Amino acid sequence: MDELKNKVKALLEAKTVKVVIGYEEGTGKKPRALFAVKPEDASKLIYDSRCVFNLATYITKREIKGKGKMAITATLPVMRSIIQLASEFQVNDNNLLVIGLTPDNQVIEFKNLAEVETFIHKFEITIESKYKEALEKLGKMSRTDRWKWWIDELAPCFKCYACRAACPMCYCHRCTVDFNQPQWIPVPSHELGNLEWHIMRAVHLTGRCIDCDACANACPLGIPINLLNKRLLEDAKKHFGGYQPVLKGEHMMSTYKPDDKENFIR
Amino acid sequence: MSIDKRILRKDSLEKLFNILKENNRTIFAPVEGNGKISFKAAESFSTVASEYIQTTQSSKEVAFPRTEKILDYTKTRDNVSAKPFDFNQVPETVIWGVRPCDAVGITELSAIFNWDLKDEIYNLRLAKTTVIGFSCLKSDESCFCTSVGGNPGNTEGSDILLTQMGEKGDFIAEILTEKGVAITVLAADLFQKAGEEQKEKYLADVPVKFNRDEIRKKLDKYFESEIWIEQSLRCIGCGACAYVCPTCACFDIQDESHGKIGLRVRCWDSCGFSQFTLHTSGHNPREVQSQRWRQRIMHKFSYMPERLDVYGCTGCGRCSRACPVDMNILEHLTSIQEVTL
Repeated sequence: MDELKNKVKALLEAKTVKVVIGYEEGTGKKPRALFAVKPEDASKLIYDSRCVFNLATYITKREIKGKGKMAITATLPVMRSIIQLASEFQVNDNNLLVIGLTPDNQVIEFKNLAEVETFIHKFEITIESKYKEALEKLGKMSRTDRWKWWIDELAPCFKCYACRAACPMCYCHRCTVDFNQPQWIPVPSHELGNLEWHIMRAVHLTGRCIDCDACANACPLGIPINLLNKRLLEDAKKHFGGYQPVLKGEHMMSTYKPDDKENFIR
Repeated sequence: MSIDKRILRKDSLEKLFNILKENNRTIFAPVEGNGKISFKAAESFSTVASEYIQTTQSSKEVAFPRTEKILDYTKTRDNVSAKPFDFNQVPETVIWGVRPCDAVGITELSAIFNWDLKDEIYNLRLAKTTVIGFSCLKSDESCFCTSVGGNPGNTEGSDILLTQMGEKGDFIAEILTEKGVAITVLAADLFQKAGEEQKEKYLADVPVKFNRDEIRKKLDKYFESEIWIEQSLRCIGCGACAYVCPTCACFDIQDESHGKIGLRVRCWDSCGFSQFTLHTSGHNPREVQSQRWRQRIMHKFSYMPERLDVYGCTGCGRCSRACPVDMNILEHLTSIQEVTL
């Protein structure tokens, strides 16, 4: 812990970065985001198993990005998000420094995003067994039953969009649901409006979602919306041969190829 | 009317529920789902949750649904005919298990819906709703009703307030309004004569954390304060706080057209969203999250008392519990009280 605090303090003292995004103790024994700007702020930093909120969601936020060069204390899911965001030109070596918090509790100050990329590729993205079981159960249902299951699960959704706001990959300045000319997705949180929103969200994240569960953890109503993403992650793995965010390369769901094996796309 | 105090035996609670059902009341009660407790139409007493400090969502949805069809329309070549809201479809409803901080929220919400225009749909839904409140025997660190004029046994907004005498005890029933009396008439045998029982000693202890009038005075001078930026840096701009709030009343009107026919729908909206005040021109007077966060606090603690003579916060603490990034309203209000310009 001291190692992390010292590193962050040194970065702010040397003015290498303007802000360090980390975790601090919040209310109700929950950790929360800390934006350290002064060297003495480093003393507030914490890191333990409760720190699961994906801090990468802040690196595209105008108010934070606008402060100048950022550093971020990043767990494995946060590092994966960063590489995906970098591949989408949202962050780069000039505006972000990564302090990795590794699964074996080491603190690594990466020199650049390429090093972060090499690091994350040592770990495969695997879906937790409790979610695998849930997916298998859904898979065994008839299409009609599965459809009904999802309609019932999504029924309580009141479209507060906490799932969208908590997701690092949902950084669009203007989301599809916010368009009204034309209105692609119905605004009301009725059956159709909820279905269209959640299907659209899941599909937009296919091949980009790094399985951090930020969406489901943010949902104030406890709707298991991450199951949609996990199912599509499995499909992406199956049909596109493994999945890892890469700095440079093809985006599996948005790269056009004249020699695509599917006929409908040509 | 003067308050009539009765005793309701613990085992009479289920009987009361069933009598209301038999009398065709739609009962909204705290029901568990996905590990969260929210008000839902409850079919049987066995589904009603009892172990909760506060429900995730408020009971406002009974009078102000998140999605409400306000009219149907049909277009012809040179005319539009509208079928207005069907007032007969609104059922006689009982909200069961409402906490006092939620019941008082109905008073605040009603102030907004009757500010200049009297909202007919809201008022009719409310007129057909009876509130059975349950006093709080427990509280948690998000609760702060006593800092905003309430208390764990506050009767305001309830038609009947039940206070359980200890965790396994019988209930003190305060019959507060004509609607409350109507319930006791339906179940006359269950509401027995009370003795000297006092509810106070059973109520949760919720310490006072700030003075809302002092905060209101400070807000008059704090519009340009840096505190809004400091407090809102971690806010991610979702609408969870507004949607669980018992007094947030903002809505958006949507037309859903399908060729020549369509619906006009009222939907909840939130000042936390970036496009809430976005103008057609592209200009947005609340461009950044700190301005939107300021609006949330200002509206509840400055604009509402100024315009409507009521504050817009009941201290239920739902927004703090629902927030995915720990924007704790009690912490923020306390820090506003402490800060000096």
